[in-house]
Amino acid sequence: MTIDDDAARHCAQMLAVARHADQTAFAALFAHFAPRLKAFLMKSGATAAQAEDCAQDVMATVWRKAGQFDPERASVATWIFTIARNRRIDLLRRDRRPEPEDLPWGPEPEPDQADALALQQDSQRLGEALAQLPEEQRALIERAYFGDLSHSEIAAATGLPLGTIKSRIRLALEKLRQKLT
Amino acid sequence: MIRHHLSDALLTGYSAGTLPEAFSLLVATHVSLCDECRARLAALDAVGGALLDRQEAVPMAEGALSATLARISGTAPEARPAAPAPGLFPEPLRAYVGGDAGAVRWRPVGGGVRQAILPTAAGASARLLYIPGGTAVPDHGHRGTELTLVLQGAFRDETDRFARGDVETADEALEHTPIAEAGDPCICLAVTDAPLRFNGLIPRLLQPFLKI
Repeated sequence: MTIDDDAARHCAQMLAVARHADQTAFAALFAHFAPRLKAFLMKSGATAAQAEDCAQDVMATVWRKAGQFDPERASVATWIFTIARNRRIDLLRRDRRPEPEDLPWGPEPEPDQADALALQQDSQRLGEALAQLPEEQRALIERAYFGDLSHSEIAAATGLPLGTIKSRIRLALEKLRQKLT
Repeated sequence: MIRHHLSDALLTGYSAGTLPEAFSLLVATHVSLCDECRARLAALDAVGGALLDRQEAVPMAEGALSATLARISGTAPEARPAAPAPGLFPEPLRAYVGGDAGAVRWRPVGGGVRQAILPTAAGASARLLYIPGGTAVPDHGHRGTELTLVLQGAFRDETDRFARGDVETADEALEHTPIAEAGDPCICLAVTDAPLRFNGLIPRLLQPFLKI
Protein backbone atom coordinates (compact mmCIF):
# COMPACT_ATOMS: atom_id res chain seq x y z
CA MET A 1 0.00 0.00 0.00
CA THR A 2 1.35 3.42 -0.87
CA ILE A 3 1.57 6.24 1.63
CA ASP A 4 -0.86 8.12 -0.60
CA ASP A 5 -3.48 5.51 0.25
CA ASP A 6 -2.54 5.90 3.92
CA ALA A 7 -3.37 9.62 3.99
CA ALA A 8 -6.77 9.12 2.38
CA ARG A 9 -7.50 6.15 4.65
CA HIS A 10 -6.54 8.07 7.78
CA CYS A 11 -8.84 10.85 6.66
CA ALA A 12 -11.76 8.41 6.23
CA GLN A 13 -10.99 6.83 9.63
CA MET A 14 -10.90 10.25 11.30
CA LEU A 15 -14.28 11.16 9.81
CA ALA A 16 -15.69 7.80 11.01
CA VAL A 17 -14.56 8.65 14.54
CA ALA A 18 -16.07 12.14 14.25
CA ARG A 19 -19.41 11.01 12.86
CA HIS A 20 -20.00 7.57 14.36
CA ALA A 21 -17.64 7.38 17.36
CA ASP A 22 -16.14 4.40 15.48
CA GLN A 23 -13.74 2.58 17.84
CA THR A 24 -12.30 0.30 15.15
CA ALA A 25 -11.29 3.31 13.08
CA PHE A 26 -9.84 4.89 16.23
CA ALA A 27 -7.79 1.75 16.95
CA ALA A 28 -6.33 1.91 13.44
CA LEU A 29 -5.38 5.58 13.88
CA PHE A 30 -3.87 4.74 17.26
CA ALA A 31 -1.74 1.96 15.76
CA HIS A 32 -0.28 4.37 13.22
CA PHE A 33 0.05 7.61 15.16
CA ALA A 34 0.66 6.72 18.83
CA PRO A 35 4.15 5.21 18.23
CA ARG A 36 5.07 8.18 16.01
CA LEU A 37 3.84 10.62 18.65
CA LYS A 38 5.96 8.81 21.20
CA ALA A 39 9.01 9.18 18.93
CA PHE A 40 8.29 12.89 18.36
CA LEU A 41 7.88 13.56 22.09
CA MET A 42 11.08 11.71 22.97
CA LYS A 43 12.98 13.75 20.38
CA SER A 44 11.56 16.85 22.07
CA GLY A 45 13.18 15.91 25.36
CA ALA A 46 10.47 13.87 27.08
CA THR A 47 11.41 10.67 28.89
CA ALA A 48 9.99 7.40 27.50
CA ALA A 49 7.43 7.30 30.33
CA GLN A 50 6.36 10.92 29.78
CA ALA A 51 6.17 10.36 26.03
CA GLU A 52 4.06 7.23 26.50
CA ASP A 53 1.63 9.04 28.79
CA CYS A 54 1.52 12.14 26.61
CA ALA A 55 0.97 10.12 23.40
CA GLN A 56 -2.00 8.40 25.06
CA ASP A 57 -3.29 11.76 26.19
CA VAL A 58 -2.95 13.21 22.67
CA MET A 59 -4.82 10.25 21.20
CA ALA A 60 -7.58 10.69 23.81
CA THR A 61 -7.82 14.33 22.71
CA VAL A 62 -8.00 13.18 19.07
CA TRP A 63 -11.08 11.18 20.07
CA ARG A 64 -12.72 13.98 22.01
CA LYS A 65 -12.04 16.70 19.43
CA ALA A 66 -12.67 14.57 16.37
CA GLY A 67 -15.55 16.86 15.40
CA GLN A 68 -13.09 19.70 14.92
CA PHE A 69 -11.06 17.90 12.27
CA ASP A 70 -11.60 19.65 8.94
CA PRO A 71 -10.21 17.68 5.95
CA GLU A 72 -10.31 20.79 3.77
CA ARG A 73 -7.78 22.49 6.02
CA ALA A 74 -5.48 19.77 7.36
CA SER A 75 -4.36 16.19 6.89
CA VAL A 76 -4.88 13.89 9.87
CA ALA A 77 -1.12 13.93 10.51
CA THR A 78 -1.09 17.73 10.55
CA TRP A 79 -4.08 17.96 12.84
CA ILE A 80 -2.59 15.45 15.29
CA PHE A 81 0.73 17.31 15.13
CA THR A 82 -0.98 20.52 16.28
CA ILE A 83 -2.57 18.76 19.26
CA ALA A 84 0.74 17.12 20.19
CA ARG A 85 2.65 20.39 19.88
CA ASN A 86 0.30 22.04 22.36
CA ARG A 87 0.52 19.15 24.81
CA ARG A 88 4.30 19.19 24.51
CA ILE A 89 4.33 22.86 25.52
CA ASP A 90 2.19 22.03 28.57
CA LEU A 91 4.45 19.11 29.40
CA LEU A 92 7.90 20.61 28.89
CA ARG A 93 7.54 24.36 29.14
CA ARG A 94 4.37 25.02 31.11
CA ASP A 95 3.88 28.26 29.18
CA ARG A 96 0.56 29.11 27.73
CA ARG A 97 0.32 29.15 23.98
CA PRO A 98 -2.67 31.24 22.95
CA GLU A 99 -4.57 29.83 19.97
CA PRO A 100 -6.29 31.77 17.18
CA GLU A 101 -10.06 32.01 17.27
CA ASP A 102 -11.83 29.02 15.83
CA LEU A 103 -13.55 29.68 12.58
CA PRO A 104 -17.25 29.00 12.92
CA TRP A 105 -18.69 26.13 10.92
CA GLY A 106 -20.32 26.98 7.65
CA PRO A 107 -23.94 25.93 7.28
CA GLU A 108 -22.89 23.02 5.05
CA PRO A 109 -22.13 20.02 7.28
CA GLU A 110 -20.23 17.92 4.71
CA PRO A 111 -16.76 18.97 3.59
CA ASP A 112 -16.28 19.27 -0.15
CA GLN A 113 -14.85 15.86 -1.07
CA ALA A 114 -12.78 17.05 -4.02
CA ASP A 115 -11.21 19.89 -2.04
CA ALA A 116 -10.53 17.64 0.92
CA LEU A 117 -8.90 15.03 -1.33
CA ALA A 118 -6.77 17.67 -3.07
CA LEU A 119 -5.47 18.90 0.29
CA GLN A 120 -4.68 15.35 1.43
CA GLN A 121 -2.72 14.85 -1.82
CA ASP A 122 -0.84 18.14 -1.35
CA SER A 123 0.09 17.03 2.16
CA GLN A 124 1.28 13.78 0.68
CA ARG A 125 3.51 15.58 -1.81
CA LEU A 126 4.87 17.72 1.01
CA GLY A 127 5.87 14.57 2.89
CA GLU A 128 7.62 13.23 -0.22
CA ALA A 129 9.44 16.52 -0.81
CA LEU A 130 10.55 16.48 2.81
CA ALA A 131 11.94 12.99 2.39
CA GLN A 132 13.91 14.12 -0.65
CA LEU A 133 15.62 17.07 1.03
CA PRO A 134 19.33 16.75 1.73
CA GLU A 135 19.75 15.00 5.09
CA GLU A 136 21.33 18.04 6.73
CA GLN A 137 18.44 20.35 5.82
CA ARG A 138 15.80 17.85 6.86
CA ALA A 139 17.55 17.39 10.22
CA LEU A 140 17.50 21.17 10.76
CA ILE A 141 13.78 21.39 10.02
CA GLU A 142 13.14 18.47 12.33
CA ARG A 143 15.10 20.13 15.11
CA ALA A 144 13.15 23.35 14.58
CA TYR A 145 9.82 21.53 14.94
CA PHE A 146 10.67 18.82 17.43
CA GLY A 147 13.61 20.22 19.34
CA ASP A 148 13.55 23.41 21.30
CA LEU A 149 15.36 25.83 19.04
CA SER A 150 14.82 29.48 19.75
CA HIS A 151 12.88 31.18 17.01
CA SER A 152 15.94 32.98 15.67
CA GLU A 153 17.45 29.58 14.89
CA ILE A 154 14.40 28.25 13.07
CA ALA A 155 15.35 26.80 9.71
CA ALA A 156 13.57 28.22 6.72
CA ALA A 157 11.47 25.47 5.18
CA THR A 158 12.79 26.31 1.73
CA GLY A 159 12.50 23.80 -1.06
CA LEU A 160 9.17 22.49 0.22
CA PRO A 161 5.94 22.92 -1.77
CA LEU A 162 4.17 25.05 0.84
CA GLY A 163 2.72 27.54 -1.65
CA THR A 164 0.15 25.12 -3.08
CA ILE A 165 -1.05 24.09 0.38
CA LYS A 166 -1.29 27.72 1.47
CA SER A 167 -3.29 28.67 -1.64
CA ARG A 168 -5.66 25.75 -1.23
CA ILE A 169 -6.34 26.51 2.43
CA ARG A 170 -6.76 30.18 1.55
CA LEU A 171 -9.50 29.23 -0.92
CA ALA A 172 -11.17 26.98 1.67
CA LEU A 173 -11.20 29.90 4.11
CA GLU A 174 -12.68 32.23 1.50
CA LYS A 175 -15.40 29.70 0.74
CA LEU A 176 -16.16 29.40 4.45
CA ARG A 177 -16.35 33.18 4.88
CA GLN A 178 -18.70 33.46 1.90
CA LYS A 179 -21.02 30.84 3.38
CA LEU A 180 -21.13 32.77 6.62
CA THR A 181 -22.18 36.08 5.11
CA MET B 1 -7.50 45.14 4.18
CA ILE B 2 -4.43 43.99 6.11
CA ARG B 3 -1.17 45.03 4.43
CA HIS B 4 1.47 44.22 7.00
CA HIS B 5 1.73 40.54 7.91
CA LEU B 6 3.76 38.27 10.19
CA SER B 7 7.24 37.19 9.08
CA ASP B 8 7.95 33.59 8.06
CA ALA B 9 10.29 33.24 11.03
CA LEU B 10 7.56 34.22 13.50
CA LEU B 11 4.94 31.98 11.94
CA THR B 12 7.39 29.08 11.83
CA GLY B 13 8.28 29.61 15.49
CA TYR B 14 4.60 29.71 16.38
CA SER B 15 3.90 26.57 14.36
CA ALA B 16 6.79 24.77 16.04
CA GLY B 17 5.64 26.00 19.45
CA THR B 18 8.92 27.69 20.37
CA LEU B 19 7.94 31.37 20.70
CA PRO B 20 7.80 33.13 24.06
CA GLU B 21 4.22 33.43 25.33
CA ALA B 22 3.90 37.17 24.58
CA PHE B 23 4.85 36.62 20.93
CA SER B 24 2.44 33.68 20.68
CA LEU B 25 -0.31 35.96 21.95
CA LEU B 26 0.38 38.50 19.21
CA VAL B 27 0.57 35.82 16.51
CA ALA B 28 -2.71 34.20 17.66
CA THR B 29 -4.41 37.60 17.73
CA HIS B 30 -3.22 38.55 14.25
CA VAL B 31 -4.10 35.14 12.77
CA SER B 32 -7.61 35.53 14.21
CA LEU B 33 -7.95 38.65 12.04
CA CYS B 34 -5.99 37.55 8.97
CA ASP B 35 -6.92 34.60 6.75
CA GLU B 36 -3.76 35.02 4.69
CA CYS B 37 -1.58 34.32 7.73
CA ARG B 38 -4.01 31.62 8.92
CA ALA B 39 -3.41 29.81 5.62
CA ARG B 40 0.38 30.34 5.81
CA LEU B 41 0.34 28.96 9.35
CA ALA B 42 -1.67 25.93 8.25
CA ALA B 43 0.92 25.22 5.54
CA LEU B 44 3.72 25.41 8.13
CA ASP B 45 1.74 23.13 10.45
CA ALA B 46 1.65 20.70 7.53
CA VAL B 47 5.45 20.47 7.74
CA GLY B 48 5.09 19.38 11.37
CA GLY B 49 2.45 16.87 10.27
CA ALA B 50 4.69 15.44 7.54
CA LEU B 51 7.58 15.11 10.01
CA LEU B 52 5.33 13.35 12.52
CA ASP B 53 3.96 11.01 9.87
CA ARG B 54 7.47 9.93 8.89
CA GLN B 55 8.83 9.26 12.36
CA GLU B 56 10.41 5.94 13.04
CA ALA B 57 7.78 4.37 15.31
CA VAL B 58 8.71 3.82 18.97
CA PRO B 59 6.53 0.96 20.23
CA MET B 60 3.88 1.90 22.77
CA ALA B 61 3.63 0.01 26.06
CA GLU B 62 1.63 -3.19 26.29
CA GLY B 63 -2.03 -2.34 26.67
CA ALA B 64 -1.62 1.32 25.60
CA LEU B 65 -4.68 1.22 23.38
CA SER B 66 -6.92 -0.19 26.14
CA ALA B 67 -5.51 2.37 28.58
CA THR B 68 -6.38 5.13 26.13
CA LEU B 69 -9.82 3.69 25.48
CA ALA B 70 -10.32 3.68 29.25
CA ARG B 71 -9.40 7.38 29.34
CA ILE B 72 -12.08 8.16 26.81
CA SER B 73 -14.65 5.65 27.94
CA GLY B 74 -18.07 7.19 28.24
CA THR B 75 -17.05 10.39 26.42
CA ALA B 76 -18.55 11.01 23.03
CA PRO B 77 -16.60 13.23 20.65
CA GLU B 78 -17.13 16.88 21.65
CA ALA B 79 -19.19 19.20 19.50
CA ARG B 80 -17.39 22.11 17.88
CA PRO B 81 -17.12 25.09 20.15
CA ALA B 82 -19.52 27.94 19.49
CA ALA B 83 -18.26 30.88 17.48
CA PRO B 84 -16.79 33.59 19.72
CA ALA B 85 -18.88 36.72 20.20
CA PRO B 86 -17.85 39.50 17.83
CA GLY B 87 -15.80 42.24 19.45
CA LEU B 88 -12.90 44.59 19.03
CA PHE B 89 -10.43 42.13 20.55
CA PRO B 90 -10.15 38.61 19.09
CA GLU B 91 -10.74 35.75 21.52
CA PRO B 92 -7.10 34.96 22.43
CA LEU B 93 -6.55 38.56 23.52
CA ARG B 94 -9.83 38.68 25.43
CA ALA B 95 -8.63 35.69 27.43
CA TYR B 96 -5.66 37.77 28.70
CA VAL B 97 -7.65 40.96 29.30
CA GLY B 98 -10.57 39.19 30.96
CA GLY B 99 -12.99 40.69 28.43
CA ASP B 100 -13.12 42.98 25.43
CA ALA B 101 -11.70 46.52 25.16
CA GLY B 102 -14.02 47.81 27.91
CA ALA B 103 -12.41 45.49 30.47
CA VAL B 104 -8.84 46.82 30.06
CA ARG B 105 -7.39 48.39 33.23
CA TRP B 106 -5.50 51.27 31.66
CA ARG B 107 -2.78 53.24 33.43
CA PRO B 108 -1.72 56.67 32.19
CA VAL B 109 1.91 56.93 31.09
CA GLY B 110 1.94 60.63 30.10
CA GLY B 111 0.84 62.68 27.12
CA GLY B 112 -2.63 61.12 27.15
CA VAL B 113 -1.08 57.73 26.30
CA ARG B 114 -2.25 54.78 28.43
CA GLN B 115 -1.01 51.25 28.73
CA ALA B 116 -1.94 47.95 30.33
CA ILE B 117 0.67 45.25 30.85
CA LEU B 118 -0.64 41.74 30.21
CA PRO B 119 0.52 38.77 32.29
CA THR B 120 2.82 36.54 30.22
CA ALA B 121 5.75 34.27 31.02
CA ALA B 122 9.27 35.69 31.39
CA GLY B 123 11.39 36.18 28.29
CA ALA B 124 9.13 38.68 26.54
CA SER B 125 6.42 41.09 27.57
CA ALA B 126 3.08 42.17 26.16
CA ARG B 127 1.10 45.33 26.72
CA LEU B 128 -1.84 47.17 25.28
CA LEU B 129 -1.33 50.78 24.26
CA TYR B 130 -4.00 53.47 23.98
CA ILE B 131 -2.90 56.49 21.97
CA PRO B 132 -5.38 59.36 21.53
CA GLY B 133 -5.92 60.43 17.91
CA GLY B 134 -3.20 62.81 16.73
CA THR B 135 -0.84 61.94 19.59
CA ALA B 136 2.75 60.76 19.18
CA VAL B 137 4.34 57.95 21.16
CA PRO B 138 7.74 59.17 22.43
CA ASP B 139 10.54 58.67 19.94
CA HIS B 140 12.16 55.36 20.76
CA GLY B 141 14.59 52.79 19.54
CA HIS B 142 14.60 49.09 20.36
CA ARG B 143 17.07 46.78 21.98
CA GLY B 144 15.36 43.62 20.81
CA THR B 145 12.43 42.88 18.54
CA GLU B 146 9.20 44.79 19.03
CA LEU B 147 5.97 43.87 17.25
CA THR B 148 2.98 46.17 17.25
CA LEU B 149 -0.46 44.95 16.15
CA VAL B 150 -3.14 47.58 15.57
CA LEU B 151 -6.60 46.72 16.95
CA GLN B 152 -8.39 50.04 16.54
CA GLY B 153 -7.62 53.29 14.71
CA ALA B 154 -4.34 53.64 12.85
CA PHE B 155 -0.85 55.03 13.27
CA ARG B 156 1.86 56.24 10.94
CA ASP B 157 5.57 56.38 11.38
CA GLU B 158 8.61 57.00 9.20
CA THR B 159 8.02 53.69 7.41
CA ASP B 160 4.29 53.42 6.60
CA ARG B 161 0.68 53.48 7.80
CA PHE B 162 -0.68 50.72 10.05
CA ALA B 163 -4.40 50.04 10.60
CA ARG B 164 -6.49 47.28 12.22
CA GLY B 165 -4.81 43.90 11.79
CA ASP B 166 -1.50 45.33 10.54
CA VAL B 167 1.70 44.30 12.33
CA GLU B 168 4.78 46.49 12.46
CA THR B 169 8.03 44.65 13.12
CA ALA B 170 10.70 46.89 14.62
CA ASP B 171 14.23 45.77 15.36
CA GLU B 172 17.30 47.47 16.72
CA ALA B 173 17.84 49.40 13.49
CA LEU B 174 14.51 51.24 13.63
CA GLU B 175 14.22 54.54 15.47
CA HIS B 176 10.71 55.74 14.94
CA THR B 177 8.01 58.10 16.18
CA PRO B 178 4.62 56.49 15.71
CA ILE B 179 1.77 59.03 15.55
CA ALA B 180 -1.86 58.00 15.94
CA GLU B 181 -4.06 59.29 13.12
CA ALA B 182 -6.67 61.88 13.97
CA GLY B 183 -10.01 60.35 14.89
CA ASP B 184 -10.53 57.24 17.03
CA PRO B 185 -7.86 56.51 19.61
CA CYS B 186 -5.35 53.98 18.34
CA ILE B 187 -5.30 50.78 20.41
CA CYS B 188 -2.39 48.39 19.82
CA LEU B 189 -0.98 45.19 21.23
CA ALA B 190 2.80 45.58 21.54
CA VAL B 191 5.19 42.78 22.44
CA THR B 192 8.93 42.93 22.91
CA ASP B 193 11.73 40.66 24.03
CA ALA B 194 13.77 43.54 25.48
CA PRO B 195 13.06 46.74 27.45
CA LEU B 196 12.09 49.74 25.33
CA ARG B 197 14.63 52.55 25.12
CA PHE B 198 13.24 56.05 25.00
CA ASN B 199 15.30 58.92 23.62
CA GLY B 200 13.71 61.89 25.42
CA LEU B 201 14.86 62.57 29.00
CA ILE B 202 11.47 62.49 30.68
CA PRO B 203 10.26 59.31 29.06
CA ARG B 204 13.56 57.70 30.04
CA LEU B 205 12.94 58.63 33.68
CA LEU B 206 9.44 57.27 33.40
CA GLN B 207 10.65 54.00 32.01
CA PRO B 208 11.13 52.14 35.29
CA PHE B 209 7.48 52.76 36.03
CA LEU B 210 6.41 51.42 32.65
CA LYS B 211 7.97 48.08 33.57
CA ILE B 212 8.84 47.27 29.98
